[in-house]
Amino acid sequence: MVTLTHYVGLSFLLFSIGVTGVLIRRNLLTVLMSIELMLNAVNLNLIAFSRQLGDLNGHLLAIFIITVAAGEAAIGLAIIVSLYRLKGSVNLDDAAEMKG
Amino acid sequence: VDPSVFFFWVFAAIVVVGALGVITMRQPLHSALFLLMSFLGIAGLFILNHAEFLAAVQVLVYAGGVMVLFLFTIMLVNVRKQAREPYVNRRAGISVLAGFFLFLLLGSVLTGPAMVNLGPPADPAKLRTTVIETKYASEEKPGNSEAVAWSLYRDYLLPFEIASVFLLVAMIGAVVLGKRTMEKFD
Repeated sequence: MVTLTHYVGLSFLLFSIGVTGVLIRRNLLTVLMSIELMLNAVNLNLIAFSRQLGDLNGHLLAIFIITVAAGEAAIGLAIIVSLYRLKGSVNLDDAAEMKG
Repeated sequence: VDPSVFFFWVFAAIVVVGALGVITMRQPLHSALFLLMSFLGIAGLFILNHAEFLAAVQVLVYAGGVMVLFLFTIMLVNVRKQAREPYVNRRAGISVLAGFFLFLLLGSVLTGPAMVNLGPPADPAKLRTTVIETKYASEEKPGNSEAVAWSLYRDYLLPFEIASVFLLVAMIGAVVLGKRTMEKFD
């Protein structure tokens, strides 16, 4: 029997993997992918609760999250391309001008 | 074994293996392909939760649009030449530990009284009828897409319009950022 607890646990695991990816990776592209993983974990949580409660509003929230994620990916990748033109690299450590 | 249980574990394994692949693969291209695998697993879990429309959106927007965007960017930035240096931070060990403790912290919610004393899930038909039960007779149930559309264009009309403006702004922003010469825009 698969319950809400399974889905929420899976969503937490996915979110933690995404956070770990943001923390450990040096490549900006992979960091952006990890952010997408976290957004997907949130969507999974919303859908699982929507199913449990019989409430459609979770689906609508997930649609808006997908919209924002698509815009975020477009802007983020455009920033990565212009950073690559500027630095010749997509490594996070190479963009450390504002480091104190 | 109940097929919904079987497919839950299959899709959960796909999602987790894909996510772990994203953060461990050296080449961004391999990460992107594992991310695609994870997206498709999530779409399968959406179908198991009676969110058929969102599963289609997930495949079209994420596996279609966002993934193509990632692959084009990987093609544009030549990442292969930096492949020899270490691809994780110096403090990767403590970061993995932090991620693990974040998982434990989040998972402690699951042992709380609200999650332990969980009732049975609601009737799936309720998902389709809560919004539009007045319009339809009881024997004629609409599908998930129709229920979502009714809610989206009636209860969520203003957020929907704001989302369209947001997408326009994101599109213009991406075009401006991606242009080769920025001086012409001064």
